Amino acid sequence: MTGFLAILQRDLRLALRQGADSVMVVAFFIVTTTLFPFGVGPEVNILARIASGVIWVSALLAAMLSLERVFQADYEDGSLELLTLSPVSLELLILGKVLAHWLTTGLPLIIAAPLMAVMLNMDQDGFAILMIAMLLGTPALSLIGAIGAALILGARRGGVLVSLLVLPLYIPVLIFGAGAVEAALLGISATAQLQIMAAILLLTLAAAPFATAHAVRQAME
Amino acid sequence: MADFSGSDLTCLRGERLVFGGLSFAAKSGDAVMLRGRNGAGKSSLLRLMAGLLAPRSGVLCWNGENINDDRTAHYARSQYLGHQDAIKPVLTVRDNLRLWGQLRGVRNLDAAIDEALVALQIHHLSRVTGRYLSSGQKRRTALARILIGQSDLWLLDEPTVGLDRESCAELAQLIAEFRARGGIVIYSTHVDLDVKNPTILDLDDFAIPMVEWLAEQDDLEDMTPAKGALSSQEAAQ
Repeated sequence: MTGFLAILQRDLRLALRQGADSVMVVAFFIVTTTLFPFGVGPEVNILARIASGVIWVSALLAAMLSLERVFQADYEDGSLELLTLSPVSLELLILGKVLAHWLTTGLPLIIAAPLMAVMLNMDQDGFAILMIAMLLGTPALSLIGAIGAALILGARRGGVLVSLLVLPLYIPVLIFGAGAVEAALLGISATAQLQIMAAILLLTLAAAPFATAHAVRQAME
Repeated sequence: MADFSGSDLTCLRGERLVFGGLSFAAKSGDAVMLRGRNGAGKSSLLRLMAGLLAPRSGVLCWNGENINDDRTAHYARSQYLGHQDAIKPVLTVRDNLRLWGQLRGVRNLDAAIDEALVALQIHHLSRVTGRYLSSGQKRRTALARILIGQSDLWLLDEPTVGLDRESCAELAQLIAEFRARGGIVIYSTHVDLDVKNPTILDLDDFAIPMVEWLAEQDDLEDMTPAKGALSSQEAAQ
């Protein structure tokens, strides 16, 4: 457990000192969302109709933007080697890194999402469910993304590759995340969608650290 | 009394056979110096010993037990210093070292870090961030890392790179102290490091041409598709 907290603390401190990543992710999210009213026109009903989907798609793309950095810096400076060789299990350390990634990128997105919802004229009924769905969905995005980030270690043009690897795996989160908000807007219960999202989160929480650790060990060879 | 040994190790990187049939043995207080031309597999052997790489064949044993049986114990007893210093430019020297101490569960970590920094004469740099360190200072910080916490085995890959003559002497001193405490040191270097009576392991002695090795493998067992593919490529070359 000390190992988990140690790596979490270090990664948060690094993110805080470097700062740029979190700001960039949120800025990207806001800019992408803002593009839609320009593209589809300022018709409020259309915007309200597509709001949940637009917010989710933008959030997926923004979350993906920072993935490459999860292991890349540690890989390049040799830290990842030492993490692999530490007596603490690599899976636990990876979980710590993923949690740090989520706290610095996923959480700011959740905070920014209602603002974007207002901009897209989404009905207020959807706000709470949107935030709950993102609270369940974004950690799953970080966990799935970590697998992709570990797989591309050592590859050139990793950023593009990680998108191709990870985006298809994000589809279930997108479907049920947007679905939950749609349900809330229609005035029906979103419990089913949220439960499935919770199930996705639990599944990725259980499986992703092992898959990621395996990919990291592979990269060390 | 601990002993660390490897028998009949073969290392394959990509499609290149780096070395084969390598055996060694070291016990508490020993130092083993790896020698060999560039590409002879010194780094590969050290990574193998650390547990970063798996040997193609052969086993590594600590006190007679295969290190693969209990990886965690092996990681806990060994300290590996690779080519890279693993120093974050935005963290101070102390914060850089803290993580590695925490991962080893070192008690009184601050005192242990102080002690290591004093031993390498970089205590005055403890609050300096990584980006302002010279390459020699970075190397010393990396060396300070291996002093933190208990260990029985040091695996040092070119520890002297970037170090000045004085630091090399200090490193030799640290190695001598570690050996006196019963540690085993395995290192590769291109400069003269003043280590008393090291066992010399010359990797050039274990280089085997690929074709010969494949022929030998074919004699031993039936052709598998993978090996068939390899040997046909060899033939093409």
